[in-house]
Amino acid sequence: MNTLAEPPSQQFHSDANRSSTDAPRRAAVRRALSNYQTARNRTGATFTDWKSARASAATIKHEALNHLDRYLEEFEQKFTARGGQVYWASDSKQARDYILELAKKNNVRAIVKSKAMTGEEIHLNQALLAEGYGVVESDLGEYIQQLKGEPPYHFVFPCMHLRRDEISDLFHRELGTAKTDNPEELTMIARRVLRRAYVEADMGISGGNFIVADTGMISITENEGNARLTVGLPKIHVALIGIEKVVPRLADLALFLPMLATAGTGQHMTGYNSMYGGPRQTGEIDGPEEFHVVFLDNHRTRLLADPEQRDALHCIRCGACLNVCPIFKNIGGHSYGTTYQGPIGSVITPHFRGLEDWKHLSGASSLCGACTETCPVGIDIHHHLLHNRRNAAAQKPAKGEQLLWKAFSFLMKRPSLYRFAMKFAPLGGLLHPLVQGTPMDPVAGWTGSRDFPAAPLGSFRERFRAHNAAKQSAAHTGGAR
Amino acid sequence: MRVTLFIPCFIDSLYPNVGMSMVHVLERLGHTVEFPEEQTCCGQPPFNSGYWDEARSVASKQIDVFKDAEVVISGSGSCGAMFKVFYPELFHGHAREVDAKALSSKTWEFSEFLVTKLGVADLGARFEGRATFHDGCHGLRELGTKQAPRELLKHVKGLDLVEMTEAETCCGFGGTFAVKYPQISTAMAEVKCNSICETKADYVISNDSSCLMQIGGWLNRNVGSVKCLHLAEVLASR
Repeated sequence: MNTLAEPPSQQFHSDANRSSTDAPRRAAVRRALSNYQTARNRTGATFTDWKSARASAATIKHEALNHLDRYLEEFEQKFTARGGQVYWASDSKQARDYILELAKKNNVRAIVKSKAMTGEEIHLNQALLAEGYGVVESDLGEYIQQLKGEPPYHFVFPCMHLRRDEISDLFHRELGTAKTDNPEELTMIARRVLRRAYVEADMGISGGNFIVADTGMISITENEGNARLTVGLPKIHVALIGIEKVVPRLADLALFLPMLATAGTGQHMTGYNSMYGGPRQTGEIDGPEEFHVVFLDNHRTRLLADPEQRDALHCIRCGACLNVCPIFKNIGGHSYGTTYQGPIGSVITPHFRGLEDWKHLSGASSLCGACTETCPVGIDIHHHLLHNRRNAAAQKPAKGEQLLWKAFSFLMKRPSLYRFAMKFAPLGGLLHPLVQGTPMDPVAGWTGSRDFPAAPLGSFRERFRAHNAAKQSAAHTGGAR
Repeated sequence: MRVTLFIPCFIDSLYPNVGMSMVHVLERLGHTVEFPEEQTCCGQPPFNSGYWDEARSVASKQIDVFKDAEVVISGSGSCGAMFKVFYPELFHGHAREVDAKALSSKTWEFSEFLVTKLGVADLGARFEGRATFHDGCHGLRELGTKQAPRELLKHVKGLDLVEMTEAETCCGFGGTFAVKYPQISTAMAEVKCNSICETKADYVISNDSSCLMQIGGWLNRNVGSVKCLHLAEVLASR
């Protein structure tokens, strides 16, 4: 978790190093994700042609982002025609201030919130609590994390790292309930608290999975029904959504809803899929009296301006790239110190929060490409990690490292010098002084936990030369006979 | 056919037997094998570190070295992917873009060359033992090589090939990543090696020596009994 007391890269190093040796936690996360993988493989196979579905999804998102202005305005026009209100927030502060002002104006006391990573992104709960509003997270996982005072571990499965007994202990400590190992009982404990929160709340805050331009509606996908109650019961509803979540047509959801479910949790369809198009209309008996959609930019347009990486805005936040990432599985979600963890988070966080402070996340990858392979909307995730590395080196080269690569390139462009180095100082002994004592030192980094191969007698090129000489002499002898 | 070998720097210095095994396999098939001595490194270390100018100057040298080659065969999926996939990107919009693309199109990963280009699967190899195969990420996901090495190993007499659960999971090498983030890299190696050990295999085979350096490094330190072999070494044995 980023405490802001130390630079993000230092926090990452210490947290990742600690978590990657926490064997029980790693095993629990791997077990949870292997269940996901089994479910996903089964569901993915029910698509007639996953590859084409993926290509279509990428095409639709590409179209949506290329005409973002048009589609967002189309949404606004349709949504406001039904009495909804749209606020365009350039950054976190604007979004927070708008929501705080709204709460103040309406004498709001209690707020219930359904899952919204945008809320995490702008630190909305902290801002609301600081102003004295009570806020209750209604998604079970988010509620557990809120009680624990921790940010989500995974942006789809917020408390996937916790065991049942840990949750039971937490409820016992915070709510005074009896300890239990039964998941149903644990759920019922949370439900009792949450049911009261829906009724008491005078403001409901949600995120949104899709912004549907042609009908002017937002689409919310969930498994617990909590978002329906969050939207439906309080008299004011606020949906805080990133501008990239737009799709042009309602018909597009025929693809995106099953795709999000499949990639996200391995379900055919998520439990509840709802469309919300505005506040209570004349003659309707329920629904919020006011419905506000807050469109959040918060540097998304900065990413949009980058032609190389703008496909990262295709992301539907399914979390599949986290679920297959060997780095995520070994270091866990909190090590990242970001709202969006895992490979996609490592790609977009430098755009949202600054490359210099967040470039280390792009470096902390073996570039295996499992993320790109699994991404349902075809984002070139692991290559963007390479692009971030290149951009970071160009923006502010690390002096020592740059010197190392210059020396490396000097050597590798000179085959005779390279051969000499290989012969007398195997494997870059020549370059070693440049990195000795730094994190780049291959010897220290390697031999702490792994053996180094024994140096063979003679390089390949020496053996190949000898092999050819022997062949020639054999041919010669053969010819003379 | 005249085939030109690209032997990455670490195979040259640490795993010469892998290179020689490739030579034996290709010569037995009747091909003329050449190895331009001017070759050094593909430039992947600076490329992956973000230092693309430095990578480009090394890469440019290799483009010269392999200019006259008919086909270039790489004994490492990773270095092969550097030629095949990343050179075109590295030189995109640069003077040598066409040359980079030319090298890319004639570069083959060793197993893919044998199976797809030459149409050979049975090399008459014999190797006794139980083995599991590790898919190097670059070979698997950048080059799309999955079946070719298995096809070749299926025809090796005496070899009992068993798949591990984590065959496609990264071993945690990742070049400079392995030394920049040794703890994470080692945790990944542990997951990989546990999966190898579960199969009760005596050997782990791969078409990438860099992964094998990582896997072997961890196994030697912690297990000791499982041996690492490059695909070419198995195919060359009789």
